[in-house]
Amino acid sequence: MATIIGGIGTTHVPSIGKAIAEGKENDPYWRPFFQGFDYVHYWLAREKPDVAVVFYNDHGLNFFLDKLPTFAVGAAREYRNEDEGWGIPVARSLTGDPVLSWHLINTLIADEFDITICQDMLVDHAVTIPMALMWPGDRRQPVRIVPISINTVQHPLPSLRRCLNLGRSVGRAIDSYEQDLRVLIVGTGGLSHQLDGKRAGFINKEFDRLCMDKLPGDPDALTRYSIHDFVEQAGAQGVEFLNWMAMRGALTGRVTEVHRNYHIPISNTAAATVVLENGSVVRRKAA
Amino acid sequence: MKQDIPGTVMFDGDQAQKGYALNRMCFSFNSAENRAAFRKDENAYCAKYGLNEEQRAAVKSRNVLRLIEAGGNVYYLAKFAGIFGLNVQDIGAQQTGTTVEQFKAKLAAAGR
Repeated sequence: MATIIGGIGTTHVPSIGKAIAEGKENDPYWRPFFQGFDYVHYWLAREKPDVAVVFYNDHGLNFFLDKLPTFAVGAAREYRNEDEGWGIPVARSLTGDPVLSWHLINTLIADEFDITICQDMLVDHAVTIPMALMWPGDRRQPVRIVPISINTVQHPLPSLRRCLNLGRSVGRAIDSYEQDLRVLIVGTGGLSHQLDGKRAGFINKEFDRLCMDKLPGDPDALTRYSIHDFVEQAGAQGVEFLNWMAMRGALTGRVTEVHRNYHIPISNTAAATVVLENGSVVRRKAA
Repeated sequence: MKQDIPGTVMFDGDQAQKGYALNRMCFSFNSAENRAAFRKDENAYCAKYGLNEEQRAAVKSRNVLRLIEAGGNVYYLAKFAGIFGLNVQDIGAQQTGTTVEQFKAKLAAAGR
């Protein structure tokens, strides 16, 4: 049976890709952010996931406003990155797991999530940067991925509750998967930031804290915020937290935060890295 | 434009319809070839994508607030800004009427 080992929430700011390419991890500006990954590396080396299910939002690489799905699930053998137009290096391709993808797709549709199914899908920095942060270096990443994209670009966006429930459906699907796999769930983006308008540069430390504090033990408490409330509290692009809600939803066991790093600013963003462990019944039996 | 959160334009159905041509043009800037074509003949490139007068004037002004008013979405506009080597701190400073140094200082202050 598949085991959900836990979840990682991380910022995906494009300039991180540039910093990695230029080897700036230890510069005074970047160090407080990158050092937050030391524990992540230790944890991943210990937990050894085989697959990562990655909740993220596309910023106009694979999807445009002509056809913009609210939820889209990748079902490809390989996911390429391409030129995103803002000068960050193109990342290497990532390996897919179409069998797991279709298992998730079948479960999600049965659960009445009418997702878009993508057999050919480019992934942007919101996938490639977290992968490079979790497994740095030039080698191909040691996990296969299933990318799940959530629309955070064009309103109306799905609610926090809807994204939490999407994650729960994914979690149930993984729990019922017969292959012996160790599965990591990733939610990327956030936390508070706003790029556009006269309020550009808006950051809300208190609200970010509240979101991170509630996420492990009481994610339902956050569903009282509407998308409008969330934009007000976390900034126009702070709604990327929807990806974190879905990640949390997929953790079906007893969830505890084992690591948190929070640093302001990286680019225009409050940068956060969180590791949540999923103490599932299946896992305790195995141990 | 809906602006009930001060300084914030929700990119909703109205904005998405209004800005479609502009955003479609900016989306095309994922390709280096298209970025070069824009630089070579900006007017022809805007015409090819059917930008209206307000959008063309906004493009010409390089003014992000005007581009948003014309229906631009920041994720696509960032690709446009990238042509000129501008990052999100540069456009943040422009939109808030500060220098880039002041804008960065404001961000750093939010962490204290």
